[in-house]
Amino acid sequence: MNSITAVLATDESELVLALRAGDEDAFTKLVNRYQSAMLQVALTYVGSLAIAEEVVQEAWLGVLNGLGRFEGRSQLKTWIMRIVINRARRRGSEEARTTPFSGLQPARDDSGPSVDPDRFRGASDPWPGHWWSPPSNWAGMPEARLLSAEMFDQVRRAVAGLPERQREVITLRDVLGYSGAEVCNVLAISDTNERVLLHRARSRVRAAMERYLQQ
Amino acid sequence: MRHAATEMTCQELVELVTEYLDGTLPESERSRFDAHVRTCSGCEAYIEQMRVTIRLLGKLSEESISAEARRDLLATFRTWKANGAEHGL
Repeated sequence: MNSITAVLATDESELVLALRAGDEDAFTKLVNRYQSAMLQVALTYVGSLAIAEEVVQEAWLGVLNGLGRFEGRSQLKTWIMRIVINRARRRGSEEARTTPFSGLQPARDDSGPSVDPDRFRGASDPWPGHWWSPPSNWAGMPEARLLSAEMFDQVRRAVAGLPERQREVITLRDVLGYSGAEVCNVLAISDTNERVLLHRARSRVRAAMERYLQQ
Repeated sequence: MRHAATEMTCQELVELVTEYLDGTLPESERSRFDAHVRTCSGCEAYIEQMRVTIRLLGKLSEESISAEARRDLLATFRTWKANGAEHGL
């Protein structure tokens, strides 16, 4: 009896067994399932799509070579993502060393408030801590404006400008749709940490969208 | 729980939106949160903005796999297989 059946969904453990036996269809299936998420994650750490593709290619080789040791203690998805992230991090820090002043330098890991404090009423106001300059209502905004190419460009740029740890979490959670627990697993961080990073990241992306829409 | 009785401020609320949307906000905080939103259109708009932000993030174009990358991957796979796929088992 193979131990990998313990945690994995039947479908995934079958895939792993087929892969170990060298089944090309199983490999194609796995590529179709995870490749785009792997690329998205790799792009969090490196500067170009071409390099991200190289990283993912390396990661796949790492997956194949590691299959014999994969015991199914984590989900296949988690295990694969960890391999991509390790490789992409290494590649990203090599890039940063060779191009010290490039625009790739991530912002400092900040811990400021989610919204500029000037937007709230001060202590001497009868309503301290309440909106002075409230956000506008986006509910009535035309979909065409909201879902425009420029808007997505703004969102993408806002994510790219986040400190690395915030970028990792928001990419996995909101872009790729991982659950909080999965993100904690993949990145080996605590619940609290995950929540704080996600909150800062979302708050900053929201603020960037607001700035753009007010122009 | 003196705190539970005091009204939440907008400035406090914006720091709790992620936990609120995740459903991880403790019950006492949640009722203060809900009570505040019922009477505050600014915070209602803020929460809506966060929802829109999350929705857009989920629509960021997925990078699709290029034909070239797929070919390279299959070549990698075949080399790996030729070198003894089962090694290590």
